[in-house]
Amino acid sequence: MNIINIEHIAKIYQVGSEEVHALADVSLRINKNEYVAIMGPSGSGKSTLMNILGCLDTPTKGLYDFSGENVSQMNDNELASIRNRQIGFVFQTFNLLARSDALHNVELPLIYAGVSSHERRERAEAALENVGLKDRMTHKPNELSGGQRQRVAVARALVTNPSIILADEPTGNLDTKTGEDIMRLFHEIHEAGNTIILVTHEEYIAEHAARIIRLRDGLVERDEVVINRYIPV
Amino acid sequence: MKNLLFEIKEGLLISLKAIRANKARSVLTTLGIIIGVASVVLMSTAIKGIDQSFQAGVASLGSDNLYIDKWAWFDNDIPWWEMRNRKDITMEDFRAYKDLAKLPISIAPSANSQRTIKYEERSVQFVFITGTDFNYINTTNLSFDEGRFFTELESNGGRSVVVLGSEISKKLFPQGGALNQLIKIGGNRFKVVGVLEEQGSWVMGGWNPDNQAYVPIQNIFKYFVSRHSNGITINIRAENSQMVESTKEEALGIMRRVRGLKYDEKNDFSINQQEGLLTNINETVGVIQIAGLLITGLALFVGAIGIMNIMFVSVKERTREIGIRKAIGATKRTILGQFISESAIICLIGGMIGLGVAIIGSMIIAQFDFPVTIDIDAVILAVTISLITGVISGFAPAYTAAKLDPVDALRYE
Ligand SMILES: Nc1ncnc2c1ncn2[C@@H]1O[C@H](COP(=O)(O)OP(=O)(O)OP(=O)(O)O)[C@@H](O)[C@H]1O
Ligand SMILES: [Mg+2]
Repeated sequence: MNIINIEHIAKIYQVGSEEVHALADVSLRINKNEYVAIMGPSGSGKSTLMNILGCLDTPTKGLYDFSGENVSQMNDNELASIRNRQIGFVFQTFNLLARSDALHNVELPLIYAGVSSHERRERAEAALENVGLKDRMTHKPNELSGGQRQRVAVARALVTNPSIILADEPTGNLDTKTGEDIMRLFHEIHEAGNTIILVTHEEYIAEHAARIIRLRDGLVERDEVVINRYIPV
Repeated sequence: MKNLLFEIKEGLLISLKAIRANKARSVLTTLGIIIGVASVVLMSTAIKGIDQSFQAGVASLGSDNLYIDKWAWFDNDIPWWEMRNRKDITMEDFRAYKDLAKLPISIAPSANSQRTIKYEERSVQFVFITGTDFNYINTTNLSFDEGRFFTELESNGGRSVVVLGSEISKKLFPQGGALNQLIKIGGNRFKVVGVLEEQGSWVMGGWNPDNQAYVPIQNIFKYFVSRHSNGITINIRAENSQMVESTKEEALGIMRRVRGLKYDEKNDFSINQQEGLLTNINETVGVIQIAGLLITGLALFVGAIGIMNIMFVSVKERTREIGIRKAIGATKRTILGQFISESAIICLIGGMIGLGVAIIGSMIIAQFDFPVTIDIDAVILAVTISLITGVISGFAPAYTAAKLDPVDALRYE
């Protein structure tokens, strides 16, 4: 079943008198419980595509259908609600609230979802335990290592039980070993039945996924199945 | 409804967290509002104090009184030179009026002079000495701390006796015991027969009974009056406020007869009454009020601009935070609410501190006999004003925050 269906999406920025086609014409279908990597040279439109898929941004042209709902027609509030309930973001730079501890960072999406404080706490603690940070819940981001921060971000992405996880270069700021830890986490999340889309520059990271979509100049250059998938142990 | 309450509660909690996280800035932000609210509270309390003082002053003079005088006290319609050219009101006029008047419950003459009063090495300068007769006390609401007013006998005999206002007595006899002492007024000996109870109306200045001394009127003519004038004022007390008008009518008729005026001649005297004083006071208080409001309004405005400015800086600095919040599902309304409540809470805290400052300030001012008391109205005023200021000055920054594009905000360095 399609969870994501985009048709002829374009994103055009007006820079001075010049038009920048960050995305020229992209059509994609992604099924539930797929594990997809998006690759491509810098400036090829990967982040732009992720932002559109994540309802952070709206396309200039084209149609976006998210689990049967027409996202292209939605207003700001509806988009915020989709982001809150259906999508879990993981960013390259973690994007945690610097002055709040891990627990509050993970609770935040639940606050916006209107979950009562008691249930919120339980779910946030469970999510942190899930990523192996049970003993770091009251730590602020600057008291955590890069890998731990990214795990807090993953816990935050998971805590609302979203339909998909979107990760834009989640290992980009981490060393190889820590990156591998995060990828193992993603593997487990995928095994648990989640849909994952991740952007990466590294071939070996991409090979964790089952499918690689290669972008170039705002177009899909290739869309391939990974034959020799790397399964973390 | 439940949802909205939840959102408000969570919004307030988020704001509180953010304020605690940005302590130093929050403190700076509140300074303007502390000053603004403190000045509003102090000013409004002071104005109230002034007003009450005026009213107390009027009450101590008696509100059912009429004063026949050469001068119109509050009426600006009669040109001053016309009043100056009037004949003085004399003791003969007073006696003639007193013989004919039936309505007043009490009538007394009064004449004033300013003198230095001395007791041993203590002295008070420029004291308002009121000369009058024994009936005077019944035209006022004055009461006694000790002693009495001078008797009919002392009055008629023009004895050297004096009744002191409470303030004068305090200055001459800090330890008390004024009664029966001999004091010197303008070099002449007087025996203290009474000390008045404090009236506490500082605004009336020399007119305040606290700052006066009362002697039989003959002494004024004998010792204190300068060559040009032996004019007096006739003090009249009407039976009650309903009788004030008819008492005034009667006085008008009698005085015209006493002064020998023909039917086409204008009055060569004025009948003054409290009403004139009251309108005067209300006008004065009104002017003070407007000036006070302008000044404090300005202070608040500066405070509000400060808050707005710092909230704008805060929004700018926290652009990334806003982007994160939006990415994980905060709506425009949530962000708007968060920043407005942040600003409102900061202002409220500032307002409370300002209120504290005002309370301390009023205690200090109270040391100088300025009657200020901060009451519940002032607290309500401080809370409302700081909340309103917070919401208004927080709105524009909050709106810019709410409007931010999440992608741009997340990319912000
Ligand atoms: N706000 C913007 N205004 C103008 N041009 C933009 C804007 N955002 C992105 N672009 C342009 O769109 C193109 C695609 O950008 P995008 O960030 O999607 O690239 P990317 O594939 O994620 O690159 P990288 O691998 O470096 O992250 C780039 O040429 C970029 O300059
Ligand atoms: Mg990118």
